[in-house]
Amino acid sequence: MTTQSPTTNPTRLSFSGVSKSFGVVRALRDVSMDLRPGEILALMGENGAGKSTLLKVMSGVYPADQGQITLDGTLQNFTSPLDARRAGVRVVHQEPDIIPGTTVAENIFVGELPRRAGRFVDWTKLNDDAAQLLTSFRFGQAIDPASPASDLTAAKRQMIEIMRSLRQGLKVLALDEPTSSLSEAEAEDLFALVRQLRDGGVSILYVSHRMNEILGLSDRVAVLRDGAMVGVRPAAELDQAQLISMMVGRTLEDGMRKTRQTAGPVVLEADGLVSPDVRDVSFSIKAGEVLGIAGLIGAGRTELAKTLFGALPRSAGNIRIDGQDTRISEPRDAIRAGLVYVPEERKADGIFAERSVMENASIAILRRISPFRLIQKAEERRIVTDFASRMRVKTPSLEQWIGKLSGGNQQKLMLARWLATQPRVLMLDEPTRGIDVGAKADVYALIDELAKQGAAILLISSELPEILGLSDRILCLQAGRITATLDAATASEESILQAIMPRHV
Amino acid sequence: MTDTPALTTSPKRRGVIRRIVTAIGPQNLSLLAALVVLILIFGTLRPDAFFSTRNLAAILNAIAILGIVAMAQTVVIISGGIDVSVGSIVGLGSIVAATAMLHFDSAFIGILAAVAAGSLAGLVNGLLITKGRVNPIITTLATLAIFQGLSFIVSNGKAIGVLNTSFNWIGSGRIGGVPITVIVFVAIAALMVFFMRATDMGRNIYAIGGNPNAARLAGIRIERYRVGVYVLTGIVCGIAAVLLTARSTSGQPSSGSAGLELEAITAAFLGGCAMAGGRGTIIGTILGVLIIGTLNNGMLLMMVPNFYQLVAKGALLLAAVMIMEFRTGARK
Repeated sequence: MTTQSPTTNPTRLSFSGVSKSFGVVRALRDVSMDLRPGEILALMGENGAGKSTLLKVMSGVYPADQGQITLDGTLQNFTSPLDARRAGVRVVHQEPDIIPGTTVAENIFVGELPRRAGRFVDWTKLNDDAAQLLTSFRFGQAIDPASPASDLTAAKRQMIEIMRSLRQGLKVLALDEPTSSLSEAEAEDLFALVRQLRDGGVSILYVSHRMNEILGLSDRVAVLRDGAMVGVRPAAELDQAQLISMMVGRTLEDGMRKTRQTAGPVVLEADGLVSPDVRDVSFSIKAGEVLGIAGLIGAGRTELAKTLFGALPRSAGNIRIDGQDTRISEPRDAIRAGLVYVPEERKADGIFAERSVMENASIAILRRISPFRLIQKAEERRIVTDFASRMRVKTPSLEQWIGKLSGGNQQKLMLARWLATQPRVLMLDEPTRGIDVGAKADVYALIDELAKQGAAILLISSELPEILGLSDRILCLQAGRITATLDAATASEESILQAIMPRHV
Repeated sequence: MTDTPALTTSPKRRGVIRRIVTAIGPQNLSLLAALVVLILIFGTLRPDAFFSTRNLAAILNAIAILGIVAMAQTVVIISGGIDVSVGSIVGLGSIVAATAMLHFDSAFIGILAAVAAGSLAGLVNGLLITKGRVNPIITTLATLAIFQGLSFIVSNGKAIGVLNTSFNWIGSGRIGGVPITVIVFVAIAALMVFFMRATDMGRNIYAIGGNPNAARLAGIRIERYRVGVYVLTGIVCGIAAVLLTARSTSGQPSSGSAGLELEAITAAFLGGCAMAGGRGTIIGTILGVLIIGTLNNGMLLMMVPNFYQLVAKGALLLAAVMIMEFRTGARK
């Protein structure tokens, strides 16, 4: 074991006034936090609260814009994860990479393989050392040091990664959602390992959404909200309800929906949809209705929308539009039926960065305005000008490359692209992600306006105030299933979180 | 929300020079400059031979076949693919046309046979790449060998003479003093520019190469387009095969077509194509072809031995790609 015994210094790792922004998004705001030697500190917060950014700043992936990080009282300025690792600060992810084609033992001892005669790997010693290390953490039975590392499950990869970091002198270990792909038994093994490390003096920062797990395992709990530290409390003093109330309470922006009118006839019905990340989902949406979809990352929200859109293969289920069974096997079918999807990943799934604003905005209606395959350029210009000015797009000209515009203007153009098709059902996936406040307000106004005109809108958002402020009804998804359908008039952030957070350990 | 027209849209009236620049594309100006420099160099070194009408006509005649193939190559590269087998398709088309005319003494049948063979070869490429999910370079590298092998099998490795005079007229005839080969090249160039700029299909090809995910999510059937561009290339190679066969009055399994892929790909990259797709223009490629044609002609006049010319051609492809990458890097 290379872990240090607790020093006289009461804090191991300390954040003081750390801030980090990405463009207009303030991911961390003036975060201060102390991690003590030999404790498990849980880190909680909604999607986008800043947990990942905090881990990345801590491990040198990003520099902090402001503030200081000290380790054992010494100011640190990690410029890379390797830098942080050398100082004993390590982040272990859900499914750590292993070196393909090597054994478990080689992965643990990488960079310091025992040698014989100066240059040949001493395989016997290597395997014995690895077995000894594994046994000391009671994994001697479960993991064979000589077996290929690529055969290991996610759980065992995490263990191996932790073993490897122990070899290199571990002071601070951060675990990022370690149990999300683990079975219950595997999770128990991990908890035992984490406790053993804590008792050996390692400081553990444990990021998870699972409240039971956190309350049972950790010594203290830190909660982030909108990038700011809400508070750090001893786990023994907290229960689930208190945790949720710490996580929520974000300010609701006023006037998101000016009008909520009685919805019209049912436009879209999904019946028993099944695809890789969607499990038996049924719902319907009416004309003029905004249906919010809430869920944690990985709950299957985007996958649900893409399944409806024909972009992900559907293995079961029916889609009816206006009561008619509609065959949707590729996006083109959905678009023709008036069902469109504005993707979350604008760069990867939306824009053609090196093409003009005009071409980007008109691509979905191009066939319609091209009789005999000849683009009617005057018609194209008229339609694009119309929708782009309705969306208040700011661009020097329609010939400008879209990649040169701001994120907000790109997003407005994506909306313009799809509005030009005059859809019946509009699926918006995180429509306000990464855009500035002014553009957000425009998007909210647009959703309101479209609903008033009778469009059915399916709104995916990680921002609970947005979901609450814009939706008529809210579908809560967890692990690909609908766990609740809430009426937005009576729903609260608490009731949504209750429905989307995993219940079991 | 309709009161603020935040867009400046009307294109202003421009001067003649500005309009010419826009037509060529500002990114192609450096190519034009390079071409002028080359012409000046060879013109200075061999003023007697280089500027003669005969020589300038020879340059145009020499690049016609390459130009046609390079334009098709450009469309494939813009769509995100590449076709290494173009030279072999031309060779196959040439042999098939000559063989067909051994049996039916008809220029029409000869042309039809070459184009049919080319489009079939393109279809094979396209289906292997989309349905077979084989990487485009690997696919067309394999079919480069296969198509060439087929031409050798059919022709027994020898040229097949063509006696049909109306067919051979395509290769040697002139209309108003302009060689028919050059007329065909110019006509195909005009069609290609029009196809890429004015039709929804041209736009969609740029979209598919630029961002295939986004193209699919925008409702474009990208597999059909991917097959389509290879078939188009096959057809165009079939036309090139007709010109080659008519010019040499014989079906040629490899002479005149082998190595065409190197020059066609070089021209496309010189003209501004990017390996990743989504970028490049027909006009740019034509300028690239002119540069290659001038270089080849100049080296010939300077009596640079053949072996050295091959080294120069390879170096030019590398230089073209490096310039392209450098420009892209500077922009990002």
